Amino acid sequence: MASGRVILKQKKFKLTIERLCNQLIEEYGAFENTCIVGIQERGVLLSDRIVKGLKAIDRKLEFNYGKIDITFYRDDFRRRDTPMMASKTEMDFQVEGYNVILIDDVLYTGRTIQSALIALGHYGRPNKVELLNLVDRRFNRHLPIQPNYSGIVIDAIDEAYVKVDWDEIDGNDQVILYQNREKAS
Amino acid sequence: MAIVSALSKKHLLGIKYITDKDIETIFSTADNFKEVLNRPVKKVPSLRDITVANLFFENSTRTRMSFELAEKRLSADVINFSASSSSVTKGETLLDTVNNILSMKVDMIVMRHPAPGAPYFLSQNIDASIINAGDGTHEHPTQALLDAFSIREKLGTVKGKKIVIVGDVKHSRVALSNIFCLQKLGASVAVCGPPTLIPKHIKELGVQVFYNVKKALEWCDVANILRIQLERQDIKYIPSLREYALYYGVNKDLLDSLSKKIVIMHPGPINRGVEINSDVADSAQSIILDQVENGVAVRMAVLYLLASGNTQGS
Repeated sequence: MASGRVILKQKKFKLTIERLCNQLIEEYGAFENTCIVGIQERGVLLSDRIVKGLKAIDRKLEFNYGKIDITFYRDDFRRRDTPMMASKTEMDFQVEGYNVILIDDVLYTGRTIQSALIALGHYGRPNKVELLNLVDRRFNRHLPIQPNYSGIVIDAIDEAYVKVDWDEIDGNDQVILYQNREKAS
Repeated sequence: MAIVSALSKKHLLGIKYITDKDIETIFSTADNFKEVLNRPVKKVPSLRDITVANLFFENSTRTRMSFELAEKRLSADVINFSASSSSVTKGETLLDTVNNILSMKVDMIVMRHPAPGAPYFLSQNIDASIINAGDGTHEHPTQALLDAFSIREKLGTVKGKKIVIVGDVKHSRVALSNIFCLQKLGASVAVCGPPTLIPKHIKELGVQVFYNVKKALEWCDVANILRIQLERQDIKYIPSLREYALYYGVNKDLLDSLSKKIVIMHPGPINRGVEINSDVADSAQSIILDQVENGVAVRMAVLYLLASGNTQGS
Protein backbone atom coordinates (compact mmCIF):
# COMPACT_ATOMS: atom_id res chain seq x y z
CA MET A 1 0.00 0.00 0.00
CA ALA A 2 1.35 3.46 -0.93
CA SER A 3 2.58 5.55 2.02
CA GLY A 4 2.85 9.31 1.79
CA ARG A 5 1.89 12.47 3.62
CA VAL A 6 -1.30 14.26 2.58
CA ILE A 7 -0.36 17.90 2.04
CA LEU A 8 -3.70 19.20 0.83
CA LYS A 9 -6.94 17.56 1.88
CA GLN A 10 -10.29 17.51 0.13
CA LYS A 11 -11.99 20.59 1.64
CA LYS A 12 -8.94 22.84 1.34
CA PHE A 13 -8.28 21.40 -2.15
CA LYS A 14 -11.67 22.70 -3.33
CA LEU A 15 -11.09 26.08 -1.65
CA THR A 16 -7.71 26.37 -3.37
CA ILE A 17 -9.26 25.72 -6.79
CA GLU A 18 -11.94 28.32 -6.04
CA ARG A 19 -9.28 30.83 -5.02
CA LEU A 20 -7.34 30.23 -8.24
CA CYS A 21 -10.52 30.77 -10.29
CA ASN A 22 -11.24 34.02 -8.48
CA GLN A 23 -7.66 35.20 -9.05
CA LEU A 24 -8.11 34.59 -12.78
CA ILE A 25 -11.38 36.52 -12.87
CA GLU A 26 -9.75 39.34 -10.88
CA GLU A 27 -7.02 39.57 -13.53
CA TYR A 28 -8.94 38.86 -16.72
CA GLY A 29 -12.51 39.97 -15.96
CA ALA A 30 -14.68 38.93 -18.88
CA PHE A 31 -11.80 36.94 -20.46
CA GLU A 32 -11.68 39.07 -23.57
CA ASN A 33 -8.96 37.86 -25.91
CA THR A 34 -8.00 35.26 -23.32
CA CYS A 35 -7.87 31.50 -23.57
CA ILE A 36 -7.02 28.54 -21.36
CA VAL A 37 -4.69 25.71 -22.40
CA GLY A 38 -4.28 22.60 -20.24
CA ILE A 39 -1.23 20.34 -20.57
CA GLN A 40 -1.98 16.63 -21.11
CA GLU A 41 -2.42 14.42 -19.22
CA ARG A 42 -2.71 15.45 -15.59
CA GLY A 43 -2.70 19.18 -16.24
CA VAL A 44 -5.97 18.74 -18.13
CA LEU A 45 -7.60 17.34 -14.99
CA LEU A 46 -6.79 20.65 -13.28
CA SER A 47 -7.75 22.82 -16.26
CA ASP A 48 -11.11 21.01 -16.55
CA ARG A 49 -11.78 21.91 -12.91
CA ILE A 50 -10.67 25.48 -13.38
CA VAL A 51 -12.92 25.91 -16.43
CA LYS A 52 -15.84 24.41 -14.49
CA GLY A 53 -15.07 26.65 -11.52
CA LEU A 54 -14.89 29.80 -13.69
CA LYS A 55 -18.26 29.05 -15.28
CA ALA A 56 -19.75 28.39 -11.81
CA ILE A 57 -18.70 31.89 -10.70
CA ASP A 58 -19.82 33.62 -13.91
CA ARG A 59 -22.08 31.65 -16.25
CA LYS A 60 -21.74 34.25 -19.00
CA LEU A 61 -17.97 33.76 -19.32
CA GLU A 62 -16.89 32.60 -22.78
CA PHE A 63 -13.38 31.71 -23.86
CA ASN A 64 -11.45 29.19 -25.96
CA TYR A 65 -10.26 26.12 -24.07
CA GLY A 66 -7.65 23.79 -25.52
CA LYS A 67 -5.64 20.76 -24.43
CA ILE A 68 -2.08 20.33 -25.58
CA ASP A 69 0.14 17.24 -25.49
CA ILE A 70 3.87 17.91 -25.30
CA THR A 71 5.27 14.38 -25.72
CA PHE A 72 6.84 15.16 -29.11
CA TYR A 73 8.42 18.34 -27.71
CA ARG A 74 10.14 16.73 -24.74
CA ASP A 75 13.86 17.41 -24.38
CA ASP A 76 14.57 13.87 -23.11
CA PHE A 77 13.49 11.97 -26.25
CA ARG A 78 16.17 9.37 -27.14
CA ARG A 79 17.58 9.71 -23.63
CA ARG A 80 15.05 7.28 -22.19
CA ASP A 81 15.01 3.52 -22.70
CA THR A 82 11.56 3.48 -24.25
CA PRO A 83 9.49 6.05 -26.15
CA MET A 84 6.43 7.75 -24.65
CA MET A 85 2.93 7.59 -26.06
CA ALA A 86 1.26 10.92 -26.66
CA SER A 87 -2.23 11.81 -25.49
CA LYS A 88 -4.66 13.73 -27.67
CA THR A 89 -4.10 17.38 -28.49
CA GLU A 90 -7.39 19.28 -28.84
CA MET A 91 -6.54 22.78 -30.03
CA ASP A 92 -8.99 23.95 -32.65
CA PHE A 93 -8.03 27.62 -32.33
CA GLN A 94 -4.91 29.73 -32.83
CA VAL A 95 -3.35 31.66 -29.95
CA GLU A 96 -2.16 34.56 -32.14
CA GLY A 97 -2.55 37.76 -30.14
CA TYR A 98 -4.26 35.99 -27.22
CA ASN A 99 -3.52 36.00 -23.50
CA VAL A 100 -2.91 32.34 -22.70
CA ILE A 101 -3.38 30.80 -19.26
CA LEU A 102 -1.25 27.66 -19.35
CA ILE A 103 -2.24 25.08 -16.76
CA ASP A 104 -0.37 22.10 -15.34
CA ASP A 105 -0.93 20.30 -12.05
CA VAL A 106 2.60 20.24 -10.58
CA LEU A 107 5.48 22.58 -11.46
CA TYR A 108 8.67 20.64 -10.77
CA THR A 109 11.78 21.13 -12.95
CA GLY A 110 10.09 23.40 -15.48
CA ARG A 111 11.01 21.22 -18.48
CA THR A 112 7.38 20.34 -19.22
CA ILE A 113 6.52 24.05 -19.33
CA GLN A 114 9.47 24.76 -21.63
CA SER A 115 8.20 22.05 -24.01
CA ALA A 116 4.66 23.42 -23.71
CA LEU A 117 5.80 26.95 -24.63
CA ILE A 118 7.49 25.61 -27.77
CA ALA A 119 4.38 23.61 -28.68
CA LEU A 120 2.15 26.63 -28.02
CA GLY A 121 4.29 28.69 -30.38
CA HIS A 122 3.16 26.39 -33.18
CA TYR A 123 -0.35 27.74 -32.78
CA GLY A 124 0.62 31.40 -33.24
CA ARG A 125 2.32 34.17 -31.27
CA PRO A 126 0.45 34.78 -28.02
CA ASN A 127 0.19 38.28 -26.57
CA LYS A 128 1.30 36.87 -23.22
CA VAL A 129 1.39 33.53 -21.41
CA GLU A 130 0.76 33.10 -17.69
CA LEU A 131 1.30 29.87 -15.80
CA LEU A 132 -1.12 28.35 -13.30
CA ASN A 133 -0.19 25.35 -11.14
CA LEU A 134 -1.89 23.60 -8.26
CA VAL A 135 1.49 22.70 -6.74
CA ASP A 136 4.73 24.70 -7.01
CA ARG A 137 7.84 22.71 -6.02
CA ARG A 138 9.76 25.93 -5.83
CA PHE A 139 13.28 24.64 -5.01
CA ASN A 140 13.35 21.83 -7.64
CA ARG A 141 13.62 23.95 -10.77
CA HIS A 142 16.12 23.13 -13.57
CA LEU A 143 15.06 26.14 -15.66
CA PRO A 144 14.17 29.77 -14.89
CA ILE A 145 10.39 29.25 -14.97
CA GLN A 146 7.97 30.49 -12.28
CA PRO A 147 4.19 30.28 -11.91
CA ASN A 148 1.93 33.33 -11.96
CA TYR A 149 -0.77 31.59 -9.96
CA SER A 150 -0.10 28.68 -7.62
CA GLY A 151 -2.29 26.71 -5.25
CA ILE A 152 0.29 25.55 -2.72
CA VAL A 153 4.04 25.69 -2.46
CA ILE A 154 5.94 22.54 -1.47
CA ASP A 155 9.57 22.58 -0.38
CA ALA A 156 10.94 19.09 -0.97
CA ILE A 157 14.15 17.40 -2.08
CA ASP A 158 14.55 16.43 -5.74
CA GLU A 159 13.87 12.72 -5.18
CA ALA A 160 10.52 13.37 -3.48
CA TYR A 161 7.42 12.74 -5.55
CA VAL A 162 4.28 14.87 -5.42
CA LYS A 163 1.05 13.30 -6.64
CA VAL A 164 -2.26 15.03 -7.19
CA ASP A 165 -5.23 12.68 -6.72
CA TRP A 166 -8.48 13.58 -8.44
CA ASP A 167 -11.99 12.58 -7.39
CA GLU A 168 -12.87 11.48 -10.95
CA ILE A 169 -9.94 9.11 -11.25
CA ASP A 170 -8.57 8.31 -7.81
CA GLY A 171 -11.74 8.68 -5.75
CA ASN A 172 -10.52 11.64 -3.70
CA ASP A 173 -9.21 15.19 -4.20
CA GLN A 174 -5.86 15.50 -2.43
CA VAL A 175 -2.17 16.25 -2.86
CA ILE A 176 0.24 13.68 -1.44
CA LEU A 177 3.98 13.93 -0.85
CA TYR A 178 5.98 10.70 -1.13
CA GLN A 179 9.62 10.09 -0.21
CA ASN A 180 10.24 8.95 -3.78
CA ARG A 181 8.40 7.81 -6.87
CA GLU A 182 8.64 4.10 -6.03
CA LYS A 183 6.84 4.64 -2.71
CA ALA A 184 3.87 6.09 -4.61
CA SER A 185 3.08 2.85 -6.45
CA MET B 1 1.98 10.16 -20.64
CA ALA B 2 2.06 6.40 -21.08
CA ILE B 3 5.34 4.68 -21.75
CA VAL B 4 5.25 2.34 -24.73
CA SER B 5 7.77 -0.28 -25.59
CA ALA B 6 10.00 0.44 -28.54
CA LEU B 7 9.51 -1.86 -31.51
CA SER B 8 10.68 -5.42 -31.05
CA LYS B 9 13.27 -5.03 -33.80
CA LYS B 10 15.96 -2.44 -34.45
CA HIS B 11 15.09 -2.27 -38.16
CA LEU B 12 11.93 -2.37 -40.24
CA LEU B 13 12.99 -4.87 -42.89
CA GLY B 14 9.63 -6.50 -43.50
CA ILE B 15 6.26 -7.16 -41.92
CA LYS B 16 7.20 -10.82 -41.42
CA TYR B 17 9.80 -9.82 -38.80
CA ILE B 18 7.58 -7.63 -36.60
CA THR B 19 4.79 -8.59 -34.23
CA ASP B 20 1.12 -7.63 -34.17
CA LYS B 21 1.88 -5.66 -30.98
CA ASP B 22 4.48 -3.65 -32.95
CA ILE B 23 1.85 -2.90 -35.59
CA GLU B 24 -0.64 -1.68 -32.96
CA THR B 25 2.07 0.53 -31.40
CA ILE B 26 2.84 2.02 -34.82
CA PHE B 27 -0.87 2.67 -35.42
CA SER B 28 -1.41 4.42 -32.05
CA THR B 29 1.64 6.60 -32.65
CA ALA B 30 0.50 7.35 -36.21
CA ASP B 31 -2.90 8.52 -34.84
CA ASN B 32 -1.05 11.21 -32.88
CA PHE B 33 1.12 12.20 -35.82
CA LYS B 34 -1.95 12.49 -38.05
CA GLU B 35 -3.21 15.17 -35.64
CA VAL B 36 0.17 16.94 -35.88
CA LEU B 37 -0.21 17.03 -39.67
CA ASN B 38 -3.45 18.96 -39.29
CA ARG B 39 -1.90 21.71 -37.18
CA PRO B 40 -0.92 25.13 -38.53
CA VAL B 41 2.75 24.32 -37.88
CA LYS B 42 3.14 20.71 -38.96
CA LYS B 43 6.41 20.07 -37.18
CA VAL B 44 7.61 18.52 -33.95
CA PRO B 45 11.23 18.62 -32.75
CA SER B 46 11.56 14.94 -31.79
CA LEU B 47 14.23 13.94 -34.35
CA ARG B 48 16.13 17.23 -34.40
CA ASP B 49 19.40 15.48 -33.54
CA ILE B 50 19.09 12.77 -36.19
CA THR B 51 20.25 12.62 -39.79
CA VAL B 52 18.41 10.28 -42.14
CA ALA B 53 19.69 9.21 -45.54
CA ASN B 54 17.13 8.22 -48.18
CA LEU B 55 18.87 5.77 -50.49
CA PHE B 56 16.72 5.11 -53.52
CA PHE B 57 18.26 2.70 -56.00
CA GLU B 58 14.93 2.53 -57.86
CA ASN B 59 12.59 5.24 -59.12
CA SER B 60 9.91 6.50 -56.76
CA THR B 61 7.66 9.52 -56.36
CA ARG B 62 5.20 8.75 -53.61
CA THR B 63 7.38 6.75 -51.21
CA ARG B 64 10.37 9.01 -51.52
CA MET B 65 8.40 12.21 -51.01
CA SER B 66 6.39 10.64 -48.20
CA PHE B 67 9.52 9.58 -46.31
CA GLU B 68 11.22 12.91 -46.88
CA LEU B 69 8.16 14.79 -45.62
CA ALA B 70 7.87 12.50 -42.60
CA GLU B 71 11.53 13.07 -41.71
CA LYS B 72 11.25 16.84 -42.11
CA ARG B 73 8.05 17.00 -40.05
CA LEU B 74 10.02 15.31 -37.26
CA SER B 75 12.77 17.98 -37.69
CA ALA B 76 15.37 15.45 -38.82
CA ASP B 77 18.13 16.44 -41.23
CA VAL B 78 17.61 14.67 -44.53
CA ILE B 79 19.97 13.70 -47.33
CA ASN B 80 18.77 12.11 -50.54
CA PHE B 81 20.69 9.66 -52.65
CA SER B 82 19.67 8.62 -56.11
CA ALA B 83 21.56 5.73 -57.68
CA SER B 84 21.49 7.10 -61.20
CA SER B 85 23.48 10.22 -60.24
CA SER B 86 25.94 8.53 -57.88
CA SER B 87 29.15 6.51 -57.92
CA VAL B 88 27.07 3.33 -58.15
CA THR B 89 27.25 3.97 -61.89
CA LYS B 90 31.07 3.75 -61.53
CA GLY B 91 30.74 0.31 -59.93
CA GLU B 92 30.77 1.17 -56.18
CA THR B 93 29.22 -1.67 -54.13
CA LEU B 94 26.17 -1.29 -51.92
CA LEU B 95 28.14 -1.81 -48.71
CA ASP B 96 30.82 0.71 -49.74
CA THR B 97 28.15 3.26 -50.67
CA VAL B 98 26.42 2.87 -47.33
CA ASN B 99 29.60 2.85 -45.22
CA ASN B 100 30.74 6.04 -46.91
CA ILE B 101 27.42 7.66 -46.05
CA LEU B 102 27.53 6.40 -42.47
CA SER B 103 31.03 7.84 -42.04
CA MET B 104 29.36 11.22 -42.43
CA LYS B 105 27.47 10.52 -39.18
CA VAL B 106 24.13 9.54 -40.69
CA ASP B 107 21.96 7.84 -38.07
CA MET B 108 19.24 6.06 -40.04
CA ILE B 109 18.87 4.69 -43.54
CA VAL B 110 15.70 4.45 -45.60
CA MET B 111 16.44 2.25 -48.59
CA ARG B 112 14.70 1.11 -51.74
CA HIS B 113 16.69 -1.43 -53.75
CA PRO B 114 15.86 -3.73 -56.69
CA ALA B 115 17.47 -6.80 -55.04
CA PRO B 116 15.27 -8.72 -52.58
CA GLY B 117 17.08 -9.03 -49.27
CA ALA B 118 19.36 -6.01 -49.80
CA PRO B 119 18.15 -4.28 -46.59
CA TYR B 120 18.59 -7.56 -44.65
CA PHE B 121 22.16 -7.86 -45.99
CA LEU B 122 22.87 -4.30 -44.89
CA SER B 123 21.42 -4.87 -41.43
CA GLN B 124 23.97 -7.65 -40.87
CA ASN B 125 26.84 -5.33 -41.76
CA ILE B 126 26.07 -1.89 -40.32
CA ASP B 127 24.96 -0.43 -36.99
CA ALA B 128 22.45 2.19 -38.14
CA SER B 129 18.69 1.47 -38.17
CA ILE B 130 17.33 0.55 -41.58
CA ILE B 131 13.85 1.05 -42.96
CA ASN B 132 13.05 -1.01 -46.04
CA ALA B 133 11.24 1.19 -48.57
CA GLY B 134 10.88 -1.71 -50.98
CA ASP B 135 13.30 -4.45 -51.93
CA GLY B 136 12.62 -5.90 -55.35
CA THR B 137 9.60 -8.20 -55.32
CA HIS B 138 10.05 -9.03 -51.64
CA GLU B 139 8.50 -6.57 -49.13
CA HIS B 140 7.34 -2.95 -48.81
CA PRO B 141 6.47 -2.82 -45.11
CA THR B 142 5.50 0.84 -44.73
CA GLN B 143 3.05 0.54 -47.64
CA ALA B 144 1.35 -2.40 -45.93
CA LEU B 145 1.23 -0.50 -42.65
CA LEU B 146 -0.38 2.55 -44.22
CA ASP B 147 -2.82 0.36 -46.15
CA ALA B 148 -3.92 -1.42 -42.97
CA PHE B 149 -4.03 1.90 -41.09
CA SER B 150 -6.32 3.31 -43.79
CA ILE B 151 -8.63 0.29 -43.58
CA ARG B 152 -8.74 0.68 -39.79
CA GLU B 153 -9.57 4.36 -40.21
CA LYS B 154 -12.35 3.68 -42.73
CA LEU B 155 -13.92 0.57 -41.22
CA GLY B 156 -12.99 0.93 -37.53
CA THR B 157 -10.92 -2.26 -37.44
CA VAL B 158 -9.00 -4.66 -39.66
CA LYS B 159 -9.89 -7.79 -37.65
CA GLY B 160 -12.49 -9.97 -39.32
CA LYS B 161 -12.52 -7.94 -42.54
CA LYS B 162 -12.10 -9.50 -45.97
CA ILE B 163 -9.52 -7.92 -48.22
CA VAL B 164 -8.76 -8.93 -51.80
CA ILE B 165 -5.61 -7.89 -53.63
CA VAL B 166 -6.27 -7.62 -57.35
CA GLY B 167 -3.65 -7.55 -60.06
CA ASP B 168 -0.02 -8.44 -60.62
CA VAL B 169 0.48 -10.27 -57.33
CA LYS B 170 3.46 -12.21 -58.68
CA HIS B 171 5.70 -9.14 -58.98
CA SER B 172 4.23 -7.15 -56.11
CA ARG B 173 6.09 -6.47 -52.88
CA VAL B 174 3.03 -4.48 -51.79
CA ALA B 175 0.91 -7.64 -52.08
CA LEU B 176 3.25 -9.77 -49.99
CA SER B 177 3.64 -7.22 -47.21
CA ASN B 178 -0.11 -6.64 -47.20
CA ILE B 179 -0.80 -10.37 -46.86
CA PHE B 180 1.52 -10.62 -43.83
CA CYS B 181 0.22 -7.44 -42.21
CA LEU B 182 -3.49 -8.07 -42.68
CA GLN B 183 -3.21 -11.65 -41.46
CA LYS B 184 -1.32 -10.55 -38.35
CA LEU B 185 -4.20 -8.17 -37.65
CA GLY B 186 -6.82 -10.91 -38.02
CA ALA B 187 -8.19 -10.20 -41.49
CA SER B 188 -8.98 -12.73 -44.24
CA VAL B 189 -6.98 -12.15 -47.39
CA ALA B 190 -7.57 -13.23 -50.99
CA VAL B 191 -5.77 -12.53 -54.24
CA CYS B 192 -7.27 -12.18 -57.69
CA GLY B 193 -5.75 -11.94 -61.14
CA PRO B 194 -4.92 -13.87 -64.29
CA PRO B 195 -3.31 -17.25 -63.43
CA THR B 196 -0.02 -16.09 -64.98
CA LEU B 197 0.19 -13.26 -62.43
CA ILE B 198 -0.73 -15.28 -59.32
CA PRO B 199 2.23 -17.10 -57.71
CA LYS B 200 1.93 -20.88 -57.88
CA HIS B 201 2.14 -21.65 -54.16
CA ILE B 202 0.43 -18.56 -52.74
CA LYS B 203 -2.26 -20.67 -51.06
CA GLU B 204 0.43 -21.84 -48.63
CA LEU B 205 0.34 -18.34 -47.17
CA GLY B 206 -3.28 -18.98 -46.17
CA VAL B 207 -4.85 -16.79 -48.87
CA GLN B 208 -7.82 -17.61 -51.07
CA VAL B 209 -7.37 -17.35 -54.84
CA PHE B 210 -9.95 -15.92 -57.26
CA TYR B 211 -9.51 -15.83 -61.02
CA ASN B 212 -12.82 -13.99 -61.56
CA VAL B 213 -12.78 -10.38 -60.46
CA LYS B 214 -16.54 -10.08 -59.94
CA LYS B 215 -16.55 -13.06 -57.56
CA ALA B 216 -13.56 -11.59 -55.74
CA LEU B 217 -15.23 -8.20 -55.31
CA GLU B 218 -18.50 -9.84 -54.21
CA TRP B 219 -16.55 -11.70 -51.48
CA CYS B 220 -14.57 -8.78 -50.10
CA ASP B 221 -15.07 -5.71 -47.91
CA VAL B 222 -12.00 -3.99 -49.34
CA ALA B 223 -10.31 -4.31 -52.74
CA ASN B 224 -6.67 -3.27 -53.04
CA ILE B 225 -5.99 -2.80 -56.77
CA LEU B 226 -2.42 -3.22 -57.97
CA ARG B 227 -0.76 -1.68 -60.97
CA ILE B 228 0.27 -3.91 -63.85
CA GLN B 229 4.03 -3.72 -63.48
CA LEU B 230 5.28 -3.55 -67.04
CA GLU B 231 8.82 -2.72 -65.93
CA ARG B 232 9.10 -6.06 -64.10
CA GLN B 233 7.83 -8.20 -66.97
CA ASP B 234 10.63 -9.63 -69.09
CA ILE B 235 8.20 -12.10 -70.70
CA LYS B 236 4.59 -11.58 -71.67
CA TYR B 237 2.29 -12.59 -68.81
CA ILE B 238 -0.84 -11.07 -70.37
CA PRO B 239 -1.83 -10.70 -74.03
CA SER B 240 -2.28 -6.91 -73.79
CA LEU B 241 -3.22 -4.17 -71.34
CA ARG B 242 -6.55 -3.86 -73.17
CA GLU B 243 -7.39 -7.49 -72.50
CA TYR B 244 -6.37 -7.14 -68.86
CA ALA B 245 -8.63 -4.10 -68.51
CA LEU B 246 -11.49 -6.04 -70.10
CA TYR B 247 -11.27 -9.03 -67.74
CA TYR B 248 -9.77 -7.58 -64.55
CA GLY B 249 -10.21 -3.82 -64.73
CA VAL B 250 -12.37 -2.36 -61.97
CA ASN B 251 -14.99 0.05 -63.34
CA LYS B 252 -18.14 1.71 -62.03
CA ASP B 253 -20.54 -0.76 -63.65
CA LEU B 254 -18.77 -3.65 -61.95
CA LEU B 255 -18.87 -1.90 -58.56
CA ASP B 256 -22.53 -0.98 -58.92
CA SER B 257 -23.40 -4.60 -59.74
CA LEU B 258 -22.15 -5.81 -56.35
CA SER B 259 -24.55 -6.50 -53.50
CA LYS B 260 -22.70 -4.12 -51.15
CA LYS B 261 -20.48 -1.06 -51.29
CA ILE B 262 -16.83 -1.98 -50.95
CA VAL B 263 -13.78 0.15 -50.19
CA ILE B 264 -11.33 0.72 -53.07
CA MET B 265 -7.59 1.12 -52.51
CA HIS B 266 -4.54 1.46 -54.76
CA PRO B 267 -0.90 1.95 -53.74
CA GLY B 268 -0.24 4.15 -56.80
CA PRO B 269 0.76 5.11 -59.37
CA ILE B 270 -2.54 4.45 -61.12
CA ASN B 271 -2.80 3.31 -64.74
CA ARG B 272 -6.18 4.92 -65.40
CA GLY B 273 -8.28 2.80 -67.74
CA VAL B 274 -6.19 -0.34 -67.15
CA GLU B 275 -6.53 -1.83 -63.67
CA ILE B 276 -8.90 0.90 -62.50
CA ASN B 277 -11.14 3.47 -64.18
CA SER B 278 -11.30 7.13 -63.25
CA ASP B 279 -14.93 6.87 -62.17
CA VAL B 280 -13.82 4.35 -59.52
CA ALA B 281 -10.51 5.95 -58.52
CA ASP B 282 -12.20 9.31 -57.96
CA SER B 283 -15.37 7.94 -56.36
CA ALA B 284 -16.58 8.19 -52.76
CA GLN B 285 -15.71 4.53 -52.21
CA SER B 286 -12.04 5.17 -52.96
CA ILE B 287 -9.61 5.94 -50.14
CA ILE B 288 -6.59 6.26 -52.45
CA LEU B 289 -5.75 9.82 -51.42
CA ASP B 290 -6.35 8.98 -47.75
CA GLN B 291 -3.71 6.29 -48.15
CA VAL B 292 -1.22 8.92 -49.31
CA GLU B 293 -2.09 11.23 -46.39
CA ASN B 294 -1.83 8.38 -43.92
CA GLY B 295 1.50 7.36 -45.44
CA VAL B 296 3.24 10.40 -43.97
CA ALA B 297 1.77 9.82 -40.48
CA VAL B 298 2.64 6.10 -40.51
CA ARG B 299 6.20 6.78 -41.68
CA MET B 300 6.59 9.44 -38.98
CA ALA B 301 5.51 6.82 -36.43
CA VAL B 302 8.01 4.26 -37.73
CA LEU B 303 10.86 6.80 -37.72
CA TYR B 304 9.94 8.02 -34.23
CA LEU B 305 9.74 4.53 -32.72
CA LEU B 306 12.93 3.26 -34.39
CA ALA B 307 14.84 6.45 -33.46
CA SER B 308 13.88 6.12 -29.82
CA GLY B 309 15.55 2.72 -29.80
CA ASN B 310 18.83 4.42 -30.72
CA THR B 311 19.22 6.07 -27.32
CA GLN B 312 22.16 8.39 -26.93
CA GLY B 313 24.97 6.81 -24.98
CA SER B 314 23.50 3.32 -25.26
